[in-house]
Order: sequence, then C-alpha cells, then structure tokens
Amino acid sequence: MIDIIIIGAGTAGLTAAIYARRAGRTAVIFEAHAYGGQIINTPEIENYPGIANISGFEFATALYNQATALGAEVKMERVVAVSDNGAAKLVRTDKGEYECKAVILATGAKNRPLGLENEKALVGKGVSYCATCDGMFFRKKTVAVAGGGNTAIEDAAFLSNYCEKVYVIHRRDAFRADAKEVDRLKGRENVEFVLNKNVTGLIEDNGRLCGVEVTDKFSGEKTVIDVAGLFVAIGQAPDNTPFANVAALDDGGYIKAAEDCKTGTDGVFTAGDCRTKTVRQLTTAASDGAVAALAACGYIDSL
Amino acid sequence: MAVTVVTNANFESEVLAADKPVIVDFWASWCGPCKMLSPVVEEISNTEDSVKVCSVNVDDEMELAEKFGISSIPTLLVFKNGQLANQSVGVIGKDQILQLTK
Repeated sequence: MIDIIIIGAGTAGLTAAIYARRAGRTAVIFEAHAYGGQIINTPEIENYPGIANISGFEFATALYNQATALGAEVKMERVVAVSDNGAAKLVRTDKGEYECKAVILATGAKNRPLGLENEKALVGKGVSYCATCDGMFFRKKTVAVAGGGNTAIEDAAFLSNYCEKVYVIHRRDAFRADAKEVDRLKGRENVEFVLNKNVTGLIEDNGRLCGVEVTDKFSGEKTVIDVAGLFVAIGQAPDNTPFANVAALDDGGYIKAAEDCKTGTDGVFTAGDCRTKTVRQLTTAASDGAVAALAACGYIDSL
Repeated sequence: MAVTVVTNANFESEVLAADKPVIVDFWASWCGPCKMLSPVVEEISNTEDSVKVCSVNVDDEMELAEKFGISSIPTLLVFKNGQLANQSVGVIGKDQILQLTK
C-alpha cells in the first residue's frame, strides 16, 4: 500500500512529497494537467526567500526534479474521488484505484472566471486569464482588465506597454493592490479606470470578443466598451467538490483546516491554496506542504 | 518522429498536405504554460505514429498566428485532411490532446 497520496503537483503538493520521501515514506502525486500549479504563469518570482529571481517555470521544474529525484512518483491522472475506509483510504482516478494510508489534498486554485454565459467559448478568442502569455497578441489594440487586486494592476501595467489603450474595470473604487502600483498605473496616459462597475456581458462578433458590457454598481446603468481583449484577473477559485465527503468546505469552496493542515477526517490532510487561509503565496504553499507531510507521517506512525 | 518546426512557408506542405492528423502547437519561449505543454506534445510525437506533431513559435511566425486568430497560448490546433478539425487553449494532459485527434 502507498503511504501517502498527494492530490495536486503544485508547490504545496511537490513540497509535501519532498518531506514525505525524506521521512522515508512512499509518496505518489496525482496531477490532472501539468506539474507546477499556478506558478507556471508567473514570469518572475522575486519574493521567495533565498532566491532573488527565478521564473515560475524554472521554479516548478526545479521543485518537480527535486521531488522525483527523492523517489516521489508523479502520475498524470485526475482524481475523481477519495473514500475513507479508516486505516486505508481509497483514491479513485480517471484511470484506476489506489489504496494508501494518508491523503494530502493539495488541489490548489484556478483563475476565477467571471461566470458569464459565453465566457468559455471566447477563451482564446479575446478572453484571457494570463496577460503575460497573451498580451503580445493585442499589440496596438484596445483591451480591458477586470479586477482590482495585484494581478489585475500588474496585468494592466504590462499590457499598457503593448496596447493602444487599457481599461481597468473594477467593481469598487478602492484597490486591494499595492497603492504604489495603482498610482503608477494612474500616471499612464493610455490607461483608463472604469470604477464601481461590473463586467456583465461579453459582446462577440463572428465568434471573437469585440466588446464588454459593464453595469454601474449604483445606478444599474449599462454601457458598452469596445475592446479586442479582456483579461480576467478577479482572483482564484478552488475546486474541492469531489472531496467534500472527506473534508469540510467553507462557503468559498476552500477546505476548512487550520495551520496544522488537518481536515476533519483522520489521515486526510490539506496543503496550499485550496485551504482556508489569509495569505496565499509560494512560501505559504511550501510551508503547508511541509506541515501536511509531517502530520501525515505522524499519523501513519500512530496506526 | 520528432516535432516538425512549421513556418508560414512550409505550413501547407507540412500541415495541410499531411496524410494523417496533425497537432500544431503554437508556443513562445516566454510563456510558462507553453513550456509545460510542449514536452507532452513532444512525447506524443515520439510515441504516437498515427499523428504528426508540429510546432509554431509565435514570435517568429506572427503571421501564421494571426491567420488562425491565435490570441492565447499555448494553443493546439488539430488538422485533418487539410481542414482545421479541433482546437484547445491552455495546458491539457496527454489523453486530452490525443482525444482532439480522434
């Protein structure tokens, strides 16, 4: 039987695997898409202690290589269910079933969509969740960024270097983003802030985005802004519904667990962005990975 | 078989005239998710004889990217008998990629 199954090969999951292997436990990580998690979208990481500057891709690859060199196995399978049979947990994937002693849910979070009807169909046709990946396709065009956090402000600043005009559409008039960055953005000539407004519609022409409908939060007035691209940066959303039977979720869908990374189920732990917490950073994901893995090792010792 | 690098000049002969389904990977060196997807696409080129795998560096081939309305990368386009048959945006797994060619 596998000692620890880790669901998700992002920073938290890979870190958990490193700690599990170094504690002498077998560890299998299941990943549905690609290892690395959200950090692969980040061109430059400059806030990880001890590493002044590294790309998200390099960081993810180094972490993956470290975990696999220690003997962790990464399987590209999507986990569809976890069931708790006491001392053994059964993990079902799209390819098979695996038994283990402990499970670490490190499912991470994904870019939160606006939730508009035709949004999915327009991904890659004007709607994007990664400004650094897709900004260059909108060179000399007018685009909008939806959101008011650091990512939205960074995206808008990045896009303003390429695009003719950048609208920043935000549902409030205050920003969660760093004030310094917001002020710097306000100083750019080709950036216009559209505040207290929500994006309520995506207008398409021939299958491509050509504008967004925004609705004023107070007056309810609707206006249309012509844009060739919309960059959605309204935060992240978890997807833990398949695991609600073994881990209680909060209203936002995050797994309820404190800093000890314990879910309500013995032998089921959680780590990283999928957990209820206030700070979601690489460092806190790595930290959770260590805590969850050592807690899982302690649990296995107690069996 | 390795991944065939495709340009505007050889697109027709390498992709449209191919005698089996072709997966075309639109990527760039500065795109993190592209670097995660490309090894999977390359693996397919080595293990699956029933499909041909090509790649387009959008920095070098902006014209080709524009021709197919690419505005997010990584994008995979699948061509069959010279026709665009399927497409996918973002990082997906090997099985999902192969599903696009079915």
